[in-house]
Amino acid sequence: MYAFTYHRPASAADAAALALKHTDGKILAGGQSLVQAMKLRLASPSDIIDLGTAKDLVGISQKGNQITIGAMTRHAAVEQSAEVKQLIPALADLAGGIGDRQVRHMGTLGGALANNDPAACYPAAVLGLGATIQTNKRTIAADDFFKGLYETALESSEIITAVTFPAAKRAAYIKFKNPASRFALVGVFVAQMDQGVRLAVTGAASCVFRVPEMEKALGAAFTPESIAKIHVSADDLNSDLHAAADYRAHLITVMAKRAVSKALGQ
Amino acid sequence: MTINVSMQVNGKAASVNVEERTLLVTVLREELRLTGTHVGCDTAQCGACTVHMNGKAVKSCSMLAMQAEGAQILTIEGVAHADGSLHPMQAAFKEHHGLQCGFCTPGMVMNAIDLVQGRPNITEEEIRHGLEGNLCRCTGYHNIVKSIAAGAKAMASAK
Repeated sequence: MYAFTYHRPASAADAAALALKHTDGKILAGGQSLVQAMKLRLASPSDIIDLGTAKDLVGISQKGNQITIGAMTRHAAVEQSAEVKQLIPALADLAGGIGDRQVRHMGTLGGALANNDPAACYPAAVLGLGATIQTNKRTIAADDFFKGLYETALESSEIITAVTFPAAKRAAYIKFKNPASRFALVGVFVAQMDQGVRLAVTGAASCVFRVPEMEKALGAAFTPESIAKIHVSADDLNSDLHAAADYRAHLITVMAKRAVSKALGQ
Repeated sequence: MTINVSMQVNGKAASVNVEERTLLVTVLREELRLTGTHVGCDTAQCGACTVHMNGKAVKSCSMLAMQAEGAQILTIEGVAHADGSLHPMQAAFKEHHGLQCGFCTPGMVMNAIDLVQGRPNITEEEIRHGLEGNLCRCTGYHNIVKSIAAGAKAMASAK
């Protein structure tokens, strides 16, 4: 790991001020991706701004049909939250399947979204539920947040403070795991909302994406059969040593059907 | 540049001056000479470096020492009783042959103690899921799972 200067801001506002000053710095959330990237010298920030002590970024609160989760809330806290389990069980289920339990004790929602790993689980829930990302500057809709490979709508000194998830009538997440890393080879989050069905795919392409054709078919009939013949083109999907693009394309339909079955409690 | 990091390690105050980029596992092993915590893969896969931070199992090779500032850290050296007798989970690993070469054992025991907290009747399936972040290259999982199930019961009855 290359040397850096360490900062410990007391609040999100202090962290943002530091980020504005140290433009080659990086925000540290749980560190489960960033610390490893730094060890491999894939990342060499001049400064590390550790949000670990920014107490205003932790916590889960429910307001009516919505749950707001602070950016520094650990995956394990979301997995075990009574409110999340009651209002959006699919979200608690997804959080409980990220990495392994040691990783879930450190990893955070905000860190996972800001990193936007193409195979991460959380982006699928955020896009699938149509959540809203709050930053120290503005509110960003999930549909406008994920821009590409490790790329988001966040500006350089912008910090995620919380994410608000609306409850779904039914929702479920299923991933086909890479057995070594437990990242999603393909993961599908499906949600039946008041405004219609949303379906988000992670792991398959450079960035999480929705499948409008499946959403439309599920809007007409929320059954696994209704999407059985809908196939996503392999053209823009990832090929790597774990899976070829056409295999990932095949898995999308399989995982989407399983997600719908799971949402139906089957 | 060096920076001070202070924490409670196995119930004792520890304060060291280290480079800012120092990992928690490096402080434990090289500064405090607590070499029971192992570095296996160094890429957050194997879990040999598992310690408890404020009671929760974490991978000490995947965090900066600075992230543990002010925290309560428990390592494998801190789990046995003051008279030297083994912690019930350590005793269960010994009894059920839960180790072969022993390299992964400190991480397995630390994760297991946290995993079974308040769950004396944890199922085999729950234990296997709970061990997703710990690898045993001897592939001795069967006896590790048996040890943890026995350790869970022993921990509950020891209270």
